[in-house]
Amino acid sequence: MIPTLEQIKARIEQSVPGARLEIIPNGSPANQPSLLVSNEHAVDVAKFLRDDSELRLDYASNATGIDWLEKVVKEKVKVKRMVEGVEKELEETVEKKTPAYLEAVYHLYSMSLKHGPIVLRLRTENRTDKTHLPSLTPIWRSCEFQEREIFDLYGIIFDGHPDLRRILMWDAFKDFPMRRDYVAPDDYEYEPTPHDAVLEKAKCHFPIVETPEVKP
Amino acid sequence: MSFSNSGNTGGETVIPSSDSPSLNGVTAAIDFDEPQKSYSLLPKQNSEVPGELLEVAMGPHHPSTHGVFRMDVVLDGERIVKLKPVFGYLHRNHEKIAEGTSYLGSIPYTDRLDYLCSMSNNWGYALTVEKLSGFQVPERAEYIRVIMAELTRLVNHICLVGFLMQDMGAMGTPLMYAFREREKILDLFEAASGARMMCNYLRFGGVRCDLPKGWLDEARKVVENFPRFLDEFEALLSGNEILIARAQGVGVLGKELAVNAGITGPMLRACGVNYDIRKVDKYGIYDRFDFRVPLGEHGDVFDRYMVRVLEMRESLKILKAALRDIPEGLIVDAKAKSRGLRPKVGEAYGRIEGPKGELGFYLISDGSANPYRYRVRPPSLINLTILEDMCLGLTIADAVIILGSVDIVLGEVDR
Repeated sequence: MIPTLEQIKARIEQSVPGARLEIIPNGSPANQPSLLVSNEHAVDVAKFLRDDSELRLDYASNATGIDWLEKVVKEKVKVKRMVEGVEKELEETVEKKTPAYLEAVYHLYSMSLKHGPIVLRLRTENRTDKTHLPSLTPIWRSCEFQEREIFDLYGIIFDGHPDLRRILMWDAFKDFPMRRDYVAPDDYEYEPTPHDAVLEKAKCHFPIVETPEVKP
Repeated sequence: MSFSNSGNTGGETVIPSSDSPSLNGVTAAIDFDEPQKSYSLLPKQNSEVPGELLEVAMGPHHPSTHGVFRMDVVLDGERIVKLKPVFGYLHRNHEKIAEGTSYLGSIPYTDRLDYLCSMSNNWGYALTVEKLSGFQVPERAEYIRVIMAELTRLVNHICLVGFLMQDMGAMGTPLMYAFREREKILDLFEAASGARMMCNYLRFGGVRCDLPKGWLDEARKVVENFPRFLDEFEALLSGNEILIARAQGVGVLGKELAVNAGITGPMLRACGVNYDIRKVDKYGIYDRFDFRVPLGEHGDVFDRYMVRVLEMRESLKILKAALRDIPEGLIVDAKAKSRGLRPKVGEAYGRIEGPKGELGFYLISDGSANPYRYRVRPPSLINLTILEDMCLGLTIADAVIILGSVDIVLGEVDR
């Protein structure tokens, strides 16, 4: 039997010193809680999960991205206040802001011991400029295309990926279409007429070589 | 001879004169006398190295690529030294579409993922939603699901064998034999669901409608006659000299690499790894059936062919038992809700053993009527990860049959 997530967490903390882990509960009846791993130790943790004799999670089935926008959660908090000289318990609503971030999720199984899934989560700092995550492709090759897809559709940059290019969208595409705030253009087919700017761009492919003038 | 079409440019841009290298395809000035200059992805070659590398773009419109798929192949003589698959020609961002529709509304879209096996795709999605919202499935519906999924497996594997033979040069005959049998199963699908390929048949907690009268007898007939066809097919193919010469020892994939690269389905089992999700997860009612998991030994194209043929025979065993045991009863659980479904906040990952490999769905609910995140784990795409490793050092003709043996459907690769 596979150990519980708490046991796994304790064992990772033992063997990968310094790794910050957090168990993210899952409210659905599926009962698949996940493990949030700090980015600096993600590769070590992944290596441990793959090579540990009791876990042997040799198969990363699914890798995917999620875009979490900034959330404002309203919570009712009981506060003691002095009202007209008498202490009273009052209910106040407090707004809590959770910052926006991008997330990569990995579903790990074991083919040799036939158990799973263990769900790993990695989070970026924000979703604008600090969107780097360590790549787990060196540990599980099955992440190669899936991480490329996350990069393509969400814009997470995986450090250490051998071949990080767009996979589904074309290379010149600018935006990340799976983000929640992506606005589709009215016309995908629009291309500027082949003048000026396009000609200028094309020069890198077909450099114009200046031929010396031949005098008659 | 030189064309110049200055009328279009409005006279503002400089049009290269005929003696300067032309901007190929961008301006209208094409000089047919000069050899066309273009750029290449090839590495810069050392002039001392004998021979020349050649870059060939196979596809996107090439009959052997089973759809719009491109392989950029670099050849040294006849040998492949580099191969990069290029995707995205059929990309329609299925996941984004699903985030904008209700849970129920995504079922017809799952048909279009792997359009040969719509029933299994439905099951993968329905299973995940049932996990996410905790629905039960009544007995009869479970049996119907197993019957449909195994019939789908027959359709997929028989088509794959047909296409593989087509790739090897057996033009027409095996494929037509395969399609003849597929036709009978598609008729069954049509009788049950109203559609031959885009079935849209499963619902959360059951199936959409009950089987029509006499369907089970028809299905029993098809299942009874199928082994005869398989015997005939195998007598023609399995010992065939050309098949053996082309397939044995070609495209060998090692066990460790296959597991590490996340290969699933018949591809994985052809390498000798015993991993069948029907046996491991025992989803649905697969623990009630007695069937074996065929394994290959060498992991070459021939093993992949053989594993699929043997898998069909095991599927027939399951079908026979299911058609014998199917009870009367409800087809949808009374508590299950399809329309206006709002699962609790949470997430679920569900997977089934599709005919091509592990088909997984990952859903995140934020409590609203649309999924917050909807993800398909496409077996076809991930099985292509090791395409380059299998093809290196072989010829283009081998690459064609290796791709054929991977068994991809581009609707699922690109989504």
